[in-house]
Amino acid sequence: MSTELKTAFENEVGVGDYQYGFHDPIDKYVFTARKGLDRDIVAQISEMKGEPAWMREFRLHALEIFFSKPMPHWGGNLTELDFQNIHYYVKASQSQEKSWDDVPEDIRKTYDRLGIPEAEKKHLAGVKAQYESEVVYGSLQEDLAKQGVIFTDTDSALRDHPDLFREYFGTVIPSGDNKFAALNSAVWSGGSFIYVPKGVKIDFPLQAYFRINSENMGQFERTLIIVDEGASVHYVEGCTAPTYSSESLHSAVVEIIVKRNARCRYTTIQNWSNNVYNLVTKRAMAYGDSLMEWVDGNLGSRLTMKYPAIYLMEPGARGETLSIAFAGPGQHQDAGAKMVHCAPNTYSRIISKSISKGGGRSSYRGLAKVVKGAASCKSNVVCDALILDSASRSDTYPYIEIERDDVTIEHEASVSKISEEQLFYLMSRGLTEAEAASMIVTGFIEPLVKELPMEYAVEMNKLIELQMEGSVG
Amino acid sequence: MASLLKIENLCVAVDDKLILKGVNLEVRQGEIHALMGPNGSGKSTLAYALMGHPKYEIVEGNISVDGASLNELEPDARARMGLFLAFQYPVTIPGVKVADFLRHAVSNVRNPNRKEGEGLIPMRDFRKELKSRMEELGIDLEFARRYLNDGFSGGEKKRMEILQLAMLRPKFAILDETDSGLDSDAVRFVSEAISRLSGPDMAIVIITHHERLLEFNVPQQTHVMLAGRIVEDGDARLAHELHDQGYAGIRARHPAIAAEEQEETAARQPGAAVGARG
Repeated sequence: MSTELKTAFENEVGVGDYQYGFHDPIDKYVFTARKGLDRDIVAQISEMKGEPAWMREFRLHALEIFFSKPMPHWGGNLTELDFQNIHYYVKASQSQEKSWDDVPEDIRKTYDRLGIPEAEKKHLAGVKAQYESEVVYGSLQEDLAKQGVIFTDTDSALRDHPDLFREYFGTVIPSGDNKFAALNSAVWSGGSFIYVPKGVKIDFPLQAYFRINSENMGQFERTLIIVDEGASVHYVEGCTAPTYSSESLHSAVVEIIVKRNARCRYTTIQNWSNNVYNLVTKRAMAYGDSLMEWVDGNLGSRLTMKYPAIYLMEPGARGETLSIAFAGPGQHQDAGAKMVHCAPNTYSRIISKSISKGGGRSSYRGLAKVVKGAASCKSNVVCDALILDSASRSDTYPYIEIERDDVTIEHEASVSKISEEQLFYLMSRGLTEAEAASMIVTGFIEPLVKELPMEYAVEMNKLIELQMEGSVG
Repeated sequence: MASLLKIENLCVAVDDKLILKGVNLEVRQGEIHALMGPNGSGKSTLAYALMGHPKYEIVEGNISVDGASLNELEPDARARMGLFLAFQYPVTIPGVKVADFLRHAVSNVRNPNRKEGEGLIPMRDFRKELKSRMEELGIDLEFARRYLNDGFSGGEKKRMEILQLAMLRPKFAILDETDSGLDSDAVRFVSEAISRLSGPDMAIVIITHHERLLEFNVPQQTHVMLAGRIVEDGDARLAHELHDQGYAGIRARHPAIAAEEQEETAARQPGAAVGARG
């Protein structure tokens, strides 16, 4: 009977159909680079963008670093990722628009289906929509612009704010940081550039929406956020792609500078289709008495390797990462967080929850590091994993590096299976097996979801339910 | 017409070990039954088998409501047919709020044809109803927002079971030692609450070692289990007698089954002293 239950469970709690797997025609695209990666492609990207010479040199130098670095041998399986089978630059429309009406119809319809214009009206202070390699739509509330807030795509920032751009670009994550940071530095396109002036607090989130549309596409957005002293911002990104049989690559770099007494929250709801390799480097520098928070939801992709980092640079800086990963059939979520305490009296907290189902694999990989001069630091790490069936897998790789002994580091980890007794209890109250399983999973991530703003909490719960119930949205 | 829960020659195995060996019982909507017996006699097994726990395998016999067999039905389908089990040890469901869980449960049970994903009962009506049930049961309204049984005391868990009973209004409620682990005030409270909830639309099967529950909920029928069978039936006087005198008399009247019980107890606890408590 218990095997019957298991089979029934596995059948009923089947693979959620991916509701964003549709794609648009590509015949009206403005430009598609040939497949493959070499100096010519990189130079071509730089030329098409009309960049200054220093950026072209920066890219070419990064390309050399990329070629010289070996593939990482840890994390997930990258052996099937073929760098020469990817389009590194695809431009779908001529320009970035300020009105949805001016965005080409196919693309606009896509964003309508994703609900972006509607969300913009209701609860967003600004929106960027990136489609393939370029941002196709951008908006920012007028009063924020008047206060000096900059929210633009990164290409425009290079053109329109060259000094500010050059002061910070590549300072948090240099090209040589890792192979994929080097790749992004060579071929980056699009992404968000945000500057929040001193003391300006933005009440509603700024959102960017990243969409890959064509097959074998590489998306390499580059995001740079500078939150000046005493300012605050909440930035949200969402990502989807069509379902194809061959792989696409998403490899972003996100650099954040949070100055004294400032606050930045960066929320990601990553829902790539299951053919996307998602290899992302995200890092923030947090200065005196500031607060940096990563809220990282990873539901989609074939393989995600992402460990948002916070460097706590001055006393009183706080860092917090809340991470949710859901690994379904054929998926590997290798996600986590890094906290580096570079100054005394700094605090960090990592809470990670992962769910593995239908043969999916989720790994928590995290680092808590305290350097020699950083006295009286506190770090707290909690990671819980839920495994829904015997085919699925969960691993925990915590790394702790401490160079002194007057610090408090706590690490708790738990792995649990969905319990037959919990299922029976809920079912005895009239819930179907799928409803009961879904409710247990929703409850498992509830402590994290309740940290999200209402709209994203609803979105996250909806996505999890879709994964669990196998229904089409 | 009053519904009938009929249990015929029910044989149930757990992990291939036969626990129930031919139980016969009829319970009509509106009746109160006491189910008694020493530890290990199969009372909880009967309760779990009725509710459809996947580990409790029906190897022979039949459970039916108004002639429709439940044997092959999942627990949720049985709940929709009007069965309810108040657990002796309710499990914790972290992160799931009492109100959210109950709204879902009530929606399914009151609308047995509800498909997954269809609308739940209206929030306003549900809240109003939940609030008044909680007030009647003396449960702090704050519990509606707490996670199900998470950090609840023993008494709070039992009250939560009774709250679910009150909201789901089943035709057949099985209370598995709802009075165990409670102090006498709490037992009195639970007893009174059950007595207010019972009526012509609800049958109650009370599994208990104590008198108190039965004082407020006088059974029309008492059944005594021993080694996986119902060996005696009676009225409230039988329950009273067992409470006063224990099961020595029962074992004396059924020596063969008592011997079987002794063997099973010895097999369960090798080397341990034989003899179940009364």
